[in-house]
Amino acid sequence: MKDFPKYLLNRVGLPNSHTLATYRAEGGYRAIEDVLKKPWTSEQVIGVMKDSLLRGRGGAGFPTGMKWSFMPDITKDPRPRYLAVNADESEPGTCKDRVLMERDPHGLIEGCLIACFAMRAKAAYIYVRGEYRLSYNRLQAAIDEAREAGLVGQHILGTDFSCDIWMHKGAGAYICGEETGLMESLEGKRGHPRPKPPFPAGSGLWKSPTTVNNVESIFNAPFIVRNGAEWFKSMGVPKSTGNFLLGISGHVNKPGVYELPFGLTARQIIDEVALGVWKGRKLKAFFPGGSSTGLLPASMADVVMDHDSVKAAGSMFGTAAMIVLDETASIPQVMDVTARFYDHESCGQCSQCREGTQWLHQIFRRIAHGKGQMSDLDLLVSLSNGMAPAKTICALADAAAIPTLAAVKHFRHEFEECIRLGRDPLRNESKHAPRLHEAHA
Amino acid sequence: MALSDKLKAEFTELVTHYPEKRAGLIPALHRCQEEQGGWLGPQAIEDLAEFFGLEPVEVFGVATFYPMFRLTPRGRHLVSVCHNISCTLRGAEDLLAHVCHVTGSPVGGTSPDGKFSVVRVECQGACANAPMFDLDGTYHEDLDRSKAEQILGSCQ
Ligand SMILES: Cc1cc2nc3c(=O)[nH]c(=O)nc-3n(C[C@H](O)[C@H](O)[C@H](O)COP(=O)(O)O)c2cc1C
Ligand code: SF4
Ligand code: FES
Repeated sequence: MKDFPKYLLNRVGLPNSHTLATYRAEGGYRAIEDVLKKPWTSEQVIGVMKDSLLRGRGGAGFPTGMKWSFMPDITKDPRPRYLAVNADESEPGTCKDRVLMERDPHGLIEGCLIACFAMRAKAAYIYVRGEYRLSYNRLQAAIDEAREAGLVGQHILGTDFSCDIWMHKGAGAYICGEETGLMESLEGKRGHPRPKPPFPAGSGLWKSPTTVNNVESIFNAPFIVRNGAEWFKSMGVPKSTGNFLLGISGHVNKPGVYELPFGLTARQIIDEVALGVWKGRKLKAFFPGGSSTGLLPASMADVVMDHDSVKAAGSMFGTAAMIVLDETASIPQVMDVTARFYDHESCGQCSQCREGTQWLHQIFRRIAHGKGQMSDLDLLVSLSNGMAPAKTICALADAAAIPTLAAVKHFRHEFEECIRLGRDPLRNESKHAPRLHEAHA
Repeated sequence: MALSDKLKAEFTELVTHYPEKRAGLIPALHRCQEEQGGWLGPQAIEDLAEFFGLEPVEVFGVATFYPMFRLTPRGRHLVSVCHNISCTLRGAEDLLAHVCHVTGSPVGGTSPDGKFSVVRVECQGACANAPMFDLDGTYHEDLDRSKAEQILGSCQ
């Protein structure tokens, strides 16, 4: 693999990387200082973000600068406005935002300041999943330090820019990572996604204009402001720019979180970054971007890892959370686990999703346990077609249905074999494996 | 009973972070649970309802929506074993069985001596260091049987 410029993880290995002193020594808070002292206009900040072509790192790949530009004109709409940072990180396979929050929290805080300046937001709320205690504590300590240094709160760096940053803790529900579920949860309610429109920029938190962005998207902002859009576009491919954090897990020799440029193939990433499939085995399949993105067979491992190429291959780049399966992995077992997850996490508002996720789970479970019927495969397809695309309030139903279609398409023969044999030949059942009926304990 | 003065003072400050008081509810549920041995009893629900100006049933409706809130008592130590894909691919089933064996607790239950409760949880965002469990709020990653045994063995 060729050498390439890096920036996202350059600070995480430094001693005390989470402290203000280290961040400052590395040029931290110079971007916001430049913005405030030069001064830039809000439009200029949004302009450079747009020109950079940064695409959101939370799963959908929506252009960040464009999203910021959807916030209404403050001269015509004086409502307070908010930034919500999505640090819920719950998509199975995804473990990247945590690295930034635990080891470079000031980078995220500076990003929040820039985003709030650009969108004239009064405050940022960082919604962290409840299990991430270290992320929460590190960010809270960093906010306290920054506030003490005049970088958060009233009259930042002696200017008339004021902005608060507040930490907020979730409590274990995946659906609160969906942007409108997140807003309901932040308001102290059950995380039931809201029908759109209205979109968050028109009516979000407390019915005010709101932008929701992923941690890594916001983390990129200070780099773009300091180094410019051309610098950012010099990395990656024309329509997926900058570097991204890849989380790679499952059956590889060196799982981990890596900073990579867009444009490598999945095979290169598995072989050269994660040092190959473990135990000298062969690759069977991989999720390119988290469990919501359709499984791809090994024969498609030459797909280029950028948003558009993975989409063209029939899956999604998602959160760049590759999950790798070796030749001994059981696809029915893997689909049983993912279907269980979506069944467990559906908020229950839409009947297609509430009942569909339950059905998918039951069917995958019975196939995986040797009790399936041949007609189950068509049933999976027709159920999935009833759930997606875009038939429900939020995309959780799609996240359950679309990978189901991909699995049946690419691995039909493996499901058929389980059904024919009345058992899963690849499942190595642990002697004390928990019983079926305890599935939700 | 009512909220302790300490919690009341904390929550009074907490709600200043938001334009509407109710937004403090979930963080406040966490704090009550931490202060009260890791679960929320009916009294805590009522106290929070009073503080936030809500009906107890509304607070209960929120608390039961979120898997991290527990409405029943549990053992002194809570082991949450991840059983999502990346962990399953690297031996989570075996780890869970071993955790149950070592602690004497069934999945979703508590050991007879009240020392351990064991639950299964969905992906914890530690997939690159699978398999893993959370013990009383601290992640333990890259686990195998002997590491798990050692960690659980050091619990008082
Ligand atoms: C069911 C579901 C769960 C999601 N979970 C997350 C999450 O944990 N973190 C995240 O950043 N985005 C998550 N998203 C995507 C968000 O809705 C939203 O698109 C994203 O936070 C926007 O940020 P970005 O534009 O910076 O990528 C989820 C979406 C869905 C449908
Ligand atoms: S699609 Fe599922 S998770 Fe999303 S709102 Fe509907 S029921 Fe809830
Ligand atoms: S699958 Fe276990 S931590 Fe993600």
